[in-house]
Amino acid sequence: MERHFRIPVSEEKVRSLRVGDVVYLSGVLVTGRDQVHRRALQYLREGKTLPMDLRDGALYHCGPIMIEKGGEWRVYGFGPTTSARMEPVEAEFIERTGVRFIIGKGGMFERTTEAMGRLGAAYLAHPGGVSVLATRSVKRVKDVHWLDLGIPEAMWVLEVEDFGPTIVAIDSHGSNLYIDVMRKAEERKNSILRSLSI
Amino acid sequence: MNLEESLESCVVRMMEVAAFNVSPDVTKALRKALDREESDVAKINLSAIVENIEAAKQERKPVCQDTGTPTFFLKIGEDFPVKAKIHEILRRAVRRATKEIPLRPNAVNPWTLENSGDNTGRMVPIVHVEIVEGNSLELTYLAKGGGSENTVQLFMLSPVLGVNGIKKAVLEAIYRAGPKPCPPVVVGVGVGGSSELCLKIAKRAALRPIDQPNPDEKLRNLERELLDMINSSGFGPMGLGGRTYALAVHVDWAHKHPASLPVGISTICWALRKSVAKVHSDGSFEILAPEVV
Ligand code: SF4
Repeated sequence: MERHFRIPVSEEKVRSLRVGDVVYLSGVLVTGRDQVHRRALQYLREGKTLPMDLRDGALYHCGPIMIEKGGEWRVYGFGPTTSARMEPVEAEFIERTGVRFIIGKGGMFERTTEAMGRLGAAYLAHPGGVSVLATRSVKRVKDVHWLDLGIPEAMWVLEVEDFGPTIVAIDSHGSNLYIDVMRKAEERKNSILRSLSI
Repeated sequence: MNLEESLESCVVRMMEVAAFNVSPDVTKALRKALDREESDVAKINLSAIVENIEAAKQERKPVCQDTGTPTFFLKIGEDFPVKAKIHEILRRAVRRATKEIPLRPNAVNPWTLENSGDNTGRMVPIVHVEIVEGNSLELTYLAKGGGSENTVQLFMLSPVLGVNGIKKAVLEAIYRAGPKPCPPVVVGVGVGGSSELCLKIAKRAALRPIDQPNPDEKLRNLERELLDMINSSGFGPMGLGGRTYALAVHVDWAHKHPASLPVGISTICWALRKSVAKVHSDGSFEILAPEVV
């Protein structure tokens, strides 16, 4: 089913999603990859607040290409980065921030799936490399935090309109499309090998 | 214009054309794949990819935000007047292209993690050189994305495993890669040679145009068999399920040591950005591929 959501989004809405649903997002999108996760968790563990409240929000695994022109930032590249690198810390990140959507590419695994079920969050897969369509959806660069981490690693706050298509690859009911596909592929592997008479 | 200047402009132009355009043979294969897919998820992924390719061309924006590592395959004519200096000219061109297009700076010192900021560095751009007859220079440029470079694999097989061992290695490589290289991918397989040579010819084989069949019939059949095998895994576009994980499998080979069977498997994502050009000794040059209108 194709769904269009506006951020912030309620737990109830997120829980109504199932793997395979197609989601387009409008509202405020925040980027965060490796260094944002590291610093954010360090802050939250020490009881400090983040420069941007992520409760009911959406975090995009993305290191954008940004260009500054006349004191204004413009997005030039906005495709997703590999989410697997964030797997070791994402469960804690979701728990501490209350974020509802994690967006990226390549999927996440058991710990994140478990946390998403428990906390009411979902993982949206943006087609890898599809940078120009993502760029088109950006209406405005609202803010940037932690620019000292470098342009790709900083926390960019953007207003988007119909960002997508994204596919619900992990829902809040314990389903993970990547793991399903992998499991089926594993089942097929032996018959492929047999057909090669190996 | 002198020859060195034309060579520099040629390379800048090649990099620009590649940044905004996925190779047309790949785009055609993606469209065909879209017709073949049945599941909604696979279709959505593929149509977003195809739409993105069109949008990049129209808006002159990089196809993917990872604009890749600049990689060159050169065929230098023995009578082409510029030789040792080519490296310096390539470096200059890469710096200029990075600034003018612009490209994302992707050259990082592995020890200090310092980004050079201009896509050049120690041994970068990556340049493979071949000396050939004649007085012109042929360049193939590849903007190689990091995601699909991370899934390139080397197998040093026991020669007793033979062809079946090679097939199994390819399957193993694909299962390990899964969604990581942004499938659909083009897979290059290099058989024989040595550890480094099989990987080099694998990458070069992946650059062969998809609509250009392997001249060797046996290899043509093997390529088809490997392609069916990979796609029957069901990983599909982006590893989210479907029929198209690979658009093509290209095999190249070299003689090998009796005691080894090196197999290199090189994956290149759908955002396959390459260009080919020829520079003549009088300073004129042609961009041979891709054809851009
Ligand atoms: S693997 Fe290719 S399509 Fe995917 S992010 Fe890297 S360069 Fe872009």
